[in-house]
Order: sequence, then C-alpha cells, then structure tokens
Amino acid sequence: MTLHELEIGRAAWVAAIAEDDPDLAAKLREIGFAENDEVEVMHAGPLGATGVCVRLNRTLIALRAGEAAAIRVRGARASG
Amino acid sequence: MTVRLALVGAPNAGKSTLFNGLTGGRAKVANYPGVTVETRAGRFRTPAGAEVELIDLPGVYGLSARSMDQRVALDVIAGKLDAEAPPDALLVVIDAAQLRTHLHTVLQIRALGRPMLVILNMIDLADRDGVKLDVAALETRLGVPVVTSRATRAPGREALLARLDAELPNLTAPARSSGSLDLKALQAESRDMASDVILFEPPMNRITRAVDGVVLNPLAGPFVLAAILFLMFQAVYAWANAPMDLIDAGAAALGDFARSTIGVDWLASLVADGIIAGVGSVVIFLPQIVILFTFILMLEASGYMARAAFLMDDLMLRVGLNGRAFIPLLSSFACAIPGMMSARTIESERDRLTTILIAPLMTCSARLPVYTLIVGAFIPRDQVGVFNLQGIVMFGLYLTGVVSAVTVAFVLKRTVTKGQAQPLIMELPTYKLPAVKDFAIELWRRAAAFLKRAGTIILGASVVLWFLASYPASATTLRESFAGRIGAVLEFVLAPIGFNLEISIALVPGMAAREVAIGALGTVYAVQASEENTAGLAATLQSAWSLPTALAFLAWYVFAPQCLATLATARREMNSWAWTGFMFGYLVALAYVAAGATYWVATWAGL
Repeated sequence: MTLHELEIGRAAWVAAIAEDDPDLAAKLREIGFAENDEVEVMHAGPLGATGVCVRLNRTLIALRAGEAAAIRVRGARASG
Repeated sequence: MTVRLALVGAPNAGKSTLFNGLTGGRAKVANYPGVTVETRAGRFRTPAGAEVELIDLPGVYGLSARSMDQRVALDVIAGKLDAEAPPDALLVVIDAAQLRTHLHTVLQIRALGRPMLVILNMIDLADRDGVKLDVAALETRLGVPVVTSRATRAPGREALLARLDAELPNLTAPARSSGSLDLKALQAESRDMASDVILFEPPMNRITRAVDGVVLNPLAGPFVLAAILFLMFQAVYAWANAPMDLIDAGAAALGDFARSTIGVDWLASLVADGIIAGVGSVVIFLPQIVILFTFILMLEASGYMARAAFLMDDLMLRVGLNGRAFIPLLSSFACAIPGMMSARTIESERDRLTTILIAPLMTCSARLPVYTLIVGAFIPRDQVGVFNLQGIVMFGLYLTGVVSAVTVAFVLKRTVTKGQAQPLIMELPTYKLPAVKDFAIELWRRAAAFLKRAGTIILGASVVLWFLASYPASATTLRESFAGRIGAVLEFVLAPIGFNLEISIALVPGMAAREVAIGALGTVYAVQASEENTAGLAATLQSAWSLPTALAFLAWYVFAPQCLATLATARREMNSWAWTGFMFGYLVALAYVAAGATYWVATWAGL
C-alpha cells in the first residue's frame, strides 16, 4: 500500500519510493523520506483538501496525496 | 587574517538564530522553510581572538538547487559566485532533535569535500524531549568535528566557540568521504550511522502534537487561521489608538510651538506646514505598523506560518498556485518588498512570477495611513449589528485586494504564466517560543526602516511640496502655485474619476511611497489654510471632498502601484523590465477603472 492509503493514526515503514518520477523521488528523499523510516499520517488537509500531514521519524512533513502516493509502505500498525 | 565561515543546513535548523547570536547581527529569523533569502555576512571574534566573517545561507536539504535561494546557497558553498571565493570552511547546522531525518543532508555536504564542522543545534529542545545522542560516536563516524549548541543563549554557544578555536588551525577537507552523491546510498549510510549515534529517541514533541491536533484539525484548523488573521487586523486598529492619539497631539503641539517661536514667517510655515505636518501625518502610523509586524514575525518564528501554508494549499491550488505562495502573500500585508523576496523559496519560476505580480494587491502597511484617514473622516461610526461600519469598510478594502489578487492569479496562471501544478513537500517545524532578543532585533529593523522612510523620502517630499505649493509668492490660490500647475495636468486625466486638484497634486509625490500622499495632502491643505489650521487633516478633508470622491480615492489605493521601492524590487526579482511594466500597467488600469466605477456608482446612488 502507499502512504496516502494509510489510515490516520497508523504507523508504518517506508518500503520503497517510486522512481517513475525521478524528480519527485529526489525531492522526497532530500526532505528525508528513506527506506525503513517510520511514517504515520497525522492530519488530513482541511475540508476535503488533498493534503496530508505526515510524521517521518520525529519530523512533520506536509505533502499532497499525489506525492504521498509515490511512497510505498509496509507493516501498518496502530501507532504506539 | 580573517577566516570566512558559512552556515549551511536544512531550513529550520536555526542557522539564522545562530548567526544573530554569534554576530549580534541582523539576519532575518523565521521558522518556515527557507526564509533567509539573501546571504548575509557578519563578523565576530572567537575567545582566542580569531577574526571570523560568518555568512548565513538559505536552507538546503541536499545538493540539488530547485529554488532560487537554494541555488544561491549552493553557489556560495562551491565558490561559483563571481565576486566571492568559497568560504574557508562550512559550519553545517542540524536540528539535534531531528538527527535521523536530516543526517543525510550532512553526508551530502560532506561529499563536496570541503572543510567542515557539524553543529547539533537546539540541543536544549532535544534534551527536553528526551533525545539521547552519542556525540563522540557521531564525530568518529563522520570524521569531522561535531559540537552541540543552543543558539539562542550565550552559554549555549560557548562549546561551539571553544571548539572553533581548537579546530580553526586544522580545519581540512574530510578524508573519509567516498565522494559518492547517490542519494539513496547516502541515506542508507546516514540511517546506519544514526542507529549507532541515537541512544534513545522518544516519540515526536508532545506540545507540537497537541497543538497540531487543534491547529491542523480539518474542521477547526481553518477557523483557527481565520481567527488569527482577524485578531491580527483587529489589533492593528484597536490597540494602536492610544499611542496614535499621543503622537497626533504631540505633532500638533510641536507645530504650534514652531509657529509661535519662529519669527520669520516663511521659515515658520516651512517647519510647521511642511516638515511637521508632512512627517507627523505619517509617523502617526508607527504603532499600527509595529503591531502588524509583531504578528507576522510571531507567526513566522513560532512555526505557525508553515501550517498556514499547508491549510491554504488547497485554495491556492485552485487558483493555480502552491500553498507556499501564501507565505509571501501574507508577508505582503506588511510590505510587498519582503513578500516578493520571500517568493524566492518557490520552486517553479512561473509560480514565483505570478506571486510577485499579485503581491502588490495585498494591502500593505503603507496603505493603512491612507485608509485610516479617509475611512475615519468619511465613514460614520455607526453600528451594523455587532460590527462597526468603519471596520466593515476597512475589511472590505482588504477583501477587495485579496479577491482581486486571486482573480488576477487565476487569469495569469491560465494565460501568460501557464504551467504544471507544483508539488507541495514542506517540513512543518516544531513549535517554539521566539527568542526575545532575536525578535527585538527583527522588529526594530522593521520600525527603523519605516522611520527612516519618514525621515528621508517623506521629509524630502514634504519640503519640496511645501515649496511648490507656496511659491511663486505672487500666487494667491493653490492653482496658481507651481504645484497647482503640475497638478492641473494630472487633474485633466483624473477629474473623470472624481479626483480634485489637491489629490492630483498629492499623487505626484505619492508615487514615491503611498503614505507620502497623506503627508502631501497635509501639506497642501495646511498651506492653503494659512496659519489657522487647528482642525486637523481629517476635518479639512470632510469639508473639501464629496463622499464619492473619498470612496474613489480609497478604490484607487486598493490597486495603484504607488511605491518606487516595490517597483524596483519587482524589477530586480523578476529580472525583467517587460514584466515590471506589465505589473505597473495592469495595476494602474485596475486602479483607474475601480476608482471611476466607484465614483460614478456612488454619485448615481446619491451618496
């Protein structure tokens, strides 16, 4: 599944970052997304907006659904 | 010998605060990604007496330059900027509490093979959260000196300064770097390192989590944002009254004093009508400007501004822009100049251009004096439900600016600045209280800039205008004076939209800066009214202008690009005379049409 399909309040690990858009992949990696990092969707955007606010390790990152869909995750579980 | 050092690192790592702390200097401090848009240099001396020139660079997460400010940072590091040699060494700043996420930025910079020292900054906040780090292990693994720091306090910077003294003689290029720039490989290496170095890592900052639970709540979040903006504009009007009355009374007393003590008639008129009336009518707005900047600086430094950008992203996307454009646009409510400059963090050139083009439509603080004066003089203080009619008109003026900006952006993004929607990937910083000293430095810079304008441009314009309005000595009416003859030309163009001779005259110096027009009106009417002018400018205007003229004047001010400094900044930021001309042209056209429509509709409605 991808990060944007992850329910709010469930943590997971980054399995892979899709490379089909190399520029987007590089952007996601630069801000910090990497394989085996812990992620959790913390907040959805307001009023049906497509944005999500994601916890990456101890860092908060805002992105849109389209960008979040490029991050594959595994091992979804209830956040501790 | 001076050593040149550059601060490098991710946005929000606290580089600017460290810069201010070390140099006592004046880099802009803010907490949203990439606000340091200009490279600023300052100097300090280490405890052992080494002279250091410190350069503060825009934030970078890696080595690919996507936005204009990142390009500047990377060019300085690499020594590609024509005028400058590369810095002798890099001080790589990283947020100690976010080591796992950001360590790969250090590895990328290390791969450049430059001498460097790593600073684990904001160590106090990491400690408070309960993060435990093995600094010695990090130093061994990285092969470069690593030191912890708390940039906001002098004791927090001691270890850094001591280490600088110890390392300056032998700061050399890191030997261990493989030189590989493959991001994925560097990330794997950095995560491996982080596992060794991070002894204990608690969950995310609890306060940030709790505050965001409300502030980023899909339902409550937009209301919180609207409430903050409402409070900001409310404060500008409500809280500034007392100090403004004080300044007003002070200026009036000073004018009377000058008139009664200066024996020479023309000199008394120059000082009282020209200088004191002109400058005083502008300085009076200092309290409002200080309050406005207080809010904007607090929003930036606390970390809220990035949240606001996230909340606004969907709306901005519909216009064709990105949530990030909200930050420059909100700053433009204070002044379009820093607004346009902070647009440098926008990655898409077309989006940046669009943002710059609409920035002047945000009601900047220089328009406040004009709005306050005219609204105060012409709109009754009637209650409409729980609202005050003056407040509603004022809000309407701001809203007209915003709606016009959105409309213009919408049209531009579908015509001349067409382009792909840009992704939004933005770090939301941990909330923190702004450091008092930093905040004071930044607020003082803004207030000083305003006072400097009052003391130079506005003072100069007031004196020149006083002369033009008072001479030749044979002139018995304003129309016969030099100013009247110049204004008459403009009046020909402006009469159809309801502007009289005095307005036409005031708009000429008002081109230099918007609020100058108020000082100019003050001077023009003061000169006309001879010595006995105790009624104040507002009362004078009430008897001299019709309501449709006043409303047309307000409508003009929503749009008119009357600020040379803004035009100069736009020209520099867009690097194009054509775009600057386009901006000027469309704003003048909107101003003329809006003022004319307002005048004729108001006249027709019998106001």
